[in-house]
Amino acid sequence: MHYTPAPLHIPDGFLNLVVSIACWVVTAIVLSAAVSRTNKSLGDRQIPLMGIMAAFIFAAQMINFPVAGGTSGHLLGGALAAITLGPWAGMLVMTAVIAVQALLFQDGGLLVMGANILNMGLLTAAIGYGLYRGALGRSRGTRLAVAGAAAWLSVMAGALATALQLWLSGTGNLQTLTLAMLGVHALIGVGEALITIAALAFIFQTRPDLLDEKSLFARGGRGWVLAGALISLLVVVLSPFASADPDGLERVASDLGFINRGQSASYHIFPDYTLPILGETSLSTIMAGATGVLVVLVVAIVAGRSLQKRS
Amino acid sequence: MHSDAFDRYHHKHSLIHQLDPRIKVLITVAFIISNALLPDGAWVAFLLAWGFVLVANVLSQLGIGYTFRRSFIALPFALAAITVLFSIPGKPIGSFQFLMWDMTVTDAGLLRFVSIVIRSWLSVQMAILLVAVTEFPKIVHALTHLRVPAVITMIISFLYRYLFVLTDEVMRLLRARQARSAASPGQRSGGSLGWRARIAGHMAGQLFLRSYERSDRIYNAMLARGYKGELMTIHPHHFERRDWIICVLCIVGMIIMQWTGRI
Repeated sequence: MHYTPAPLHIPDGFLNLVVSIACWVVTAIVLSAAVSRTNKSLGDRQIPLMGIMAAFIFAAQMINFPVAGGTSGHLLGGALAAITLGPWAGMLVMTAVIAVQALLFQDGGLLVMGANILNMGLLTAAIGYGLYRGALGRSRGTRLAVAGAAAWLSVMAGALATALQLWLSGTGNLQTLTLAMLGVHALIGVGEALITIAALAFIFQTRPDLLDEKSLFARGGRGWVLAGALISLLVVVLSPFASADPDGLERVASDLGFINRGQSASYHIFPDYTLPILGETSLSTIMAGATGVLVVLVVAIVAGRSLQKRS
Repeated sequence: MHSDAFDRYHHKHSLIHQLDPRIKVLITVAFIISNALLPDGAWVAFLLAWGFVLVANVLSQLGIGYTFRRSFIALPFALAAITVLFSIPGKPIGSFQFLMWDMTVTDAGLLRFVSIVIRSWLSVQMAILLVAVTEFPKIVHALTHLRVPAVITMIISFLYRYLFVLTDEVMRLLRARQARSAASPGQRSGGSLGWRARIAGHMAGQLFLRSYERSDRIYNAMLARGYKGELMTIHPHHFERRDWIICVLCIVGMIIMQWTGRI
């Protein structure tokens, strides 16, 4: 039995107390909403269902496929859980998974568990379900494509949030953290997207009743589309800023009193990535991020379509 | 798979094993918070905290190095903190050429990096000890008493109970894939990257459906045995005087750590 820790699980000690508690507060508010919703709308039957689904996510994270050079792609599952079970249940399921990973395997800390749940459970569920719900009523291929893009973005959102929390805790340089986190997870996210698309395609084939629109509509209101879109937009706008123009964010943080240490980068490893036509403006930085997302979206649509044809 | 494959609980009857699980969870969290509060470079306090961990190890009869041997799990994450070495202004203590960039390690950066790693390393040891001396269902039960919503603790209990069943299921799926992925000598097995990803995705979908259908069966079985929407225990917890004494001693220990960290 091998259990491989995933790179997004922050251990204790890497976030300071203020950031850890702030993340716990946000997580607790969202989770209490999830708990009260679940208590209201779901019957007894849902408790064992969510428990088994949590075990499913845990087990599914062991499914991997060889990519190249000894590395392998595997599933994190936040988006898949939210799409199949609905956003609130998806959040609770991911919370249970992260809690067990921290308590039983020490993969991820206890004090920073709020941050880990936020990054891997709440953000991923909001983006996964929100974007997917926006595509309900479209053709199956489009829905799969959107699910893939949502899965990729959900991983990127988690990575960006992790980088920001580490930086706010004074654990490193913003630019390097975001570039490293986003760079690694851009690839991990592709594996996540491919597996999510293929898993949903398989469920569409064998048990389409589980994913029919009526049950999906019932699991979350239209507000989720807005929430998913807003968080995605935030990721698209913030990522290039944090990695190419960190001074702006550091300025904001110090104005707001987050940072009391003056931490200026004593080196500049990465050239700003901007679109050459627009020059080095913030518009250009945002456009660079948006172009990246667009490319992934197109790839996901093509992948979704081709999977659809074969199945 | 055997149900204790993941469980590091040791069947001993030491003082620490017999403590109330709520106290153990609280002390562990308090210890981790105390670590987070210690300032950078508080070496004496770090040493005291390590002493605290060692005493807990000895008292739980696991051997003095028990948690130390298992504490390296969080170490890879130290990579995330490596940039503080270069990014905090201070007296340069060494520099080297990395590809085309000059990297300068500062004394303040090194101090911060080492402090972060030590804090993390101490915290993870305490978490390891908690699982080693408390059965997992008891931890979950303690969480219920500590006001974690029942929905969440019940999901966690189910997750724990069916973890082993579903890992077996995954192992079967993985073995089946391996058995069908024969390659002739000198030839790569399996198709393109997309094909491999699709197969992995189908496995995930398959596992999802099996789990979904299994949960139906489980619910019916639970109903048949009188499930009324809540799980029950036959081991209600109650505090004894010993629990209070240990609790107070630990808090005093942590206050001393904080005090030495600040003088």
